[in-house]
This record gives sequence, structure tokens and C-alpha cells, in this order.
Amino acid sequence: MVTNVTSFGRSGLSDWLVQRVSAVVILLYVICHAAIIINTPDMDYLQWHALFADPVMKIFSLITLVALCAHAWIGMWTVATDYLTTRMLGEKATFVRFLFLVICIGVLVVYLLWGIMILWSV
Amino acid sequence: MKVSVYRYNPETDLKPRMEDFDVTIPDGKDIMVLDVLALIKEQDDSVTYRRSCREGVCGSDGMNMNGVNGLACITHLSEVVKNDKLVLRPLPGLPVIRDLVVDMSAFYKQYERIKPYLQNDDPVPAIERLQSPEDRAKLDGLYECILCACCSTNCPSFWWNPDKFVGPAGLLQAYRFLADSRDTHTEERLADLEDPFSVFRCRGIMNCVAVCPKGLNPTRAIGHIRSMLMERGT
Repeated sequence: MVTNVTSFGRSGLSDWLVQRVSAVVILLYVICHAAIIINTPDMDYLQWHALFADPVMKIFSLITLVALCAHAWIGMWTVATDYLTTRMLGEKATFVRFLFLVICIGVLVVYLLWGIMILWSV
Repeated sequence: MKVSVYRYNPETDLKPRMEDFDVTIPDGKDIMVLDVLALIKEQDDSVTYRRSCREGVCGSDGMNMNGVNGLACITHLSEVVKNDKLVLRPLPGLPVIRDLVVDMSAFYKQYERIKPYLQNDDPVPAIERLQSPEDRAKLDGLYECILCACCSTNCPSFWWNPDKFVGPAGLLQAYRFLADSRDTHTEERLADLEDPFSVFRCRGIMNCVAVCPKGLNPTRAIGHIRSMLMERGT
């Protein structure tokens, strides 16, 4: 058993599952929006506003935002633990990797909070 | 034919280099890469490589031939030679001891970690632990691994984290014991593999399947382990 406290769910199985489920959610959201945009060629601001004022769309957007943040955390964590290792960077690897992850997770938290503020301001 | 061989002797060389040899291949014969190495050794007996059974059973002569991992003893020249040139390098990702000989410690350590032996807490029967032909058939495609390390050293996940990711060879054997009806330590074995590195570093690129000289499928075994972990954890 290899332990790691900076991974998203502290468990390989949970991270693996979350990454796949979140990918499906993001894909559904993209398909949904593509369909709306294709079916509404002359969309104006009022229609766009009404779309995001709908509680169903707000909840769907929020779920997608959370899924995106979780997906990005797991992905960036994987990239960091693949490439920012002692084998690649020497002794400073732990510091560099930790700093990289803190910045990534910080950006994701800001992104999440900012997204919630935007969604709830409509 | 021109054969370029990776040369490195830590006692005399500061860094590795490639050395070219002109080898005369017997007319009309499609000899093995190991035979070519024997011809090279006649020219320069300091060229170092591992070999033993010369028939693809011992797994000693795993190496990188024109960019593809495989066993030199069962690889015909016609399978790997392009433009009448052959480049021989040691297995990638492991420390080189000398020329084509690598230090397999990291590979064996991961193999040891998955406890590659039957563990059974039930009372020992008078004669032997019986297994039905159907249960025995589940081990086909798993037990045949000869631990040549061609798969693990072709896996980027193993290159990046050889100390944490078990690697395709180790995971094939992990599943060999998870699938064995005579082993009762399934729960402990799965608990040891659930972390983010041991199994889940596999990204399913199937490099292992592409190079296995025995035609085995570690990616499928890893999929089975994931399924078992899913059943256990959800």
C-alpha cells in the first residue's frame, strides 16, 4: 500500500471512479449546450439569460463545475506525481510538487467559488 | 549488416555510447538477434549481455531491439531489422549495470510486493488442495509469465514511478493469485492494491500487451483487478 495525502480521494479506486464519472458529467454538459446552441441559431442575451436562470440549468452547471474541479485535481495530481518526482528533479522534487499542487488546488477552489457566484448571480 | 550496440562500462566510461559493428549474416538464414550478439562477441568479447536458455523460457535476454522490447533469443532478424540496420539497447527505465545488462532490483521488488505465492489459512489437507478444471482454467494466460521485464520496462507509468507502481508484470501475477481458488487472502491482497499508485497508475495504453514475448495480456489482468476492487469498494 502506497499512501499519498495530496490525492483527491486518498484512494486510487475513488479517484479512478470520480475521474470517470466526472468525465461523463462534463461530456453530457457539453453535448447539452452544443444541442441548445445548434437548435437556437439566433440566440440573444435574453434567451441566454433565461437559460441560466432556470434552476435545472443552475444545478446542472453547478454539478458540472464541481465535476470539472474534481477531474482537474485528479488529473493535475497525476501529472505532478508522474513528472515532478525525485527521479526527475532530485531532492527539491517534494517541495516543487507540493507547491505545484497547492497552486493547482488553489486555482480550482477560486474557480469553483467564482463559478458559484456567477451562477447564482443570474 | 550494421549493428549499433549500447556500450557502457561504469568502471571506465563517463557516459554511455553507441558502438557500431559490421556483422556478416549467414546467407539465406533468418537468425535470431541473440545469434547476432554471439557474432558480435566474437569480434569484441567485452560486449556484455545476459542469456541462458536461448529458447524464450528463462527471460534473461530481454532487450530493446530497434526500439521494441523483446527476447533476443526468439526474435528473428526479419522481425526487427529495418533498412539493414539493427540498434540494440538495454531495457529502458532501469539502471544499466554494463552494456545490455540492467539492474532488475526495482522490478523484482514490485514482484515481491504482491506476495507471489499461495496463501491459504484453511487446514492443510492430507494429500493436496484440489482445484476444479474450471478454476484451473482461470489461471491460463497468467501463470506463463517468465518475468523477463519486457512489459514493465515498456510502460511509462513504471518508468516514472518504479518504486510505487507495481507494473504490468507484477500486476499480472497479482491477478494470478487473486484468481486462484486455492488462495484465501483475496481481501488483504486487494487492500494492498487500492492506493492511487499500485494499480491505478495504469492508464491502459497497452504497451505491455504489444511487447509481451509470451503473448500475455497484463492490461486485461489489470482490468480484472480494477473490477474486483470496484466490487469490494462500492
